[in-house]
Amino acid sequence: MGRITASIAGGSGYTGGELLRLLLAHPRVEVGQVTSERRAGKRVVGVHPNLRKRTNLAFSRIDDLQRCDVLFLALPHGASGERMDRFLEIAPVVIDLSADFRLREAEEYPRWYGHPHPHPDLLKRFVYGIPELHRAEMRSANAISSAGCLATAAILGLYPLFAEELVDRAKPVVVEVKTGSSGAGAEEGLASHHPERSGVMRSFKPTGHRHTAELEQELTGPSGERPTIAFSATAVEAVRGVLATSHVFLRKPTTERDLWKVYRSCYGTEPFIRLVKENSGVFRYPEPKILTGSNYCDVGFELDEENNRVVVMAAIDNLMKGASGQAVQAMNIRFDFPEEAGLEFAGLHPI
Amino acid sequence: METECPECAGTVSIAAPEKGEIVECPECGVELEVVSVSPPALALAPEEEEDWGE
Ligand SMILES: NC(=O)c1ccc[n+]([C@@H]2O[C@H](COP(=O)([O-])OP(=O)(O)OC[C@H]3O[C@@H](n4cnc5c(N)ncnc54)[C@H](OP(=O)(O)O)[C@@H]3O)[C@@H](O)[C@H]2O)c1
Ligand SMILES: [Zn+2]
Repeated sequence: MGRITASIAGGSGYTGGELLRLLLAHPRVEVGQVTSERRAGKRVVGVHPNLRKRTNLAFSRIDDLQRCDVLFLALPHGASGERMDRFLEIAPVVIDLSADFRLREAEEYPRWYGHPHPHPDLLKRFVYGIPELHRAEMRSANAISSAGCLATAAILGLYPLFAEELVDRAKPVVVEVKTGSSGAGAEEGLASHHPERSGVMRSFKPTGHRHTAELEQELTGPSGERPTIAFSATAVEAVRGVLATSHVFLRKPTTERDLWKVYRSCYGTEPFIRLVKENSGVFRYPEPKILTGSNYCDVGFELDEENNRVVVMAAIDNLMKGASGQAVQAMNIRFDFPEEAGLEFAGLHPI
Repeated sequence: METECPECAGTVSIAAPEKGEIVECPECGVELEVVSVSPPALALAPEEEEDWGE
């Protein structure tokens, strides 16, 4: 079986490191180059010590990138967008983990990111990177924009209820997400300094979080009606993991059995989505901790009959299903590899 | 026999069912009692309340 060549721009960060770990073990991929501007020429294992004895690669510079079959971009937002013309020339398939091409409408960028989009002409070429929503378009896409980590968890939890038109659109959907520290990347700062970060339950974005725009876009129905999303984010004591808890008011009374059917018909055959809702045991609902290193999104729910409200819980590892794992899943779909290739790890218990 | 879980509507299949037998739903984990073999029927088995803490 042939292998494709994959390179990573921004390979010294957390998502770049995860991409490298996954691609080195992938049966159909040969890793080409991995870039870091600050560490060019230095060994990759110097910043990704888990990959010792797995690779002898040294970092390259972005300007020295050679042609490859697929180029992953794990750069901060802004850094992808400004060079996209060039990146699209380097590889026939580009998968961008930044936010620069996630939103389809250029006018959303000043609103959420505070600056005009550098390449509005290119936005339409990108497919939004959640395979469960866009698998068909991904098969032929040459540009894929991997989704935000908080957005991935929240959207996957909510999507079936919107797809079945069960949501009372007169009321907002309230989404509260909890996230670990690696979601902020490897760049250090006072907020991530250990004495300041350790032990926190810190509300860091009670309103106005940028991922709200992704939820509004992806949960818009065929009729074009945008949902009202009330989104808040809290940082908690964990390195990896996102738990999105959403409160959805329904148009009509329903039963838990019917909700099971809705979720099962949407996700029953999805390789990376598991419905988690048990009456006994400790792990009754989705729990990010046991997903560490795996590409699963666990989704659960509970009906509050009195208020006609469903509470939906969705858990992921932000660096996996929330970033690098999902990007590799997208690559597998695009290149017609088995969708689970390189993503078989089941997570750990206990951890 | 193959029938539906009364809790989650998932499919429960039992190779050699016996009346009164307790099985677990593979999807939602609930305990189920085989109340009839033909026609196949399952009922929620009374579970002991677990104190979940927190
Ligand atoms: N962390 C997550 O959970 C997560 C989830 C989903 C999506 N994302 C997105 O994925 C992207 C990468 O995130 P991350 O957490 O991996 O970030 P990170 O750990 O901060 O890594 C950033 C990478 O980009 C390089 N870089 C920084 N500024 C650059 C510039 N101006 N020009 C060229 N290279 C530059 C850095 O290389 P140097 O060694 O040269 O500094 C590093 O390799 C971001 O857009 C982020 O929004 C992250
Ligand atoms: Zn069941």
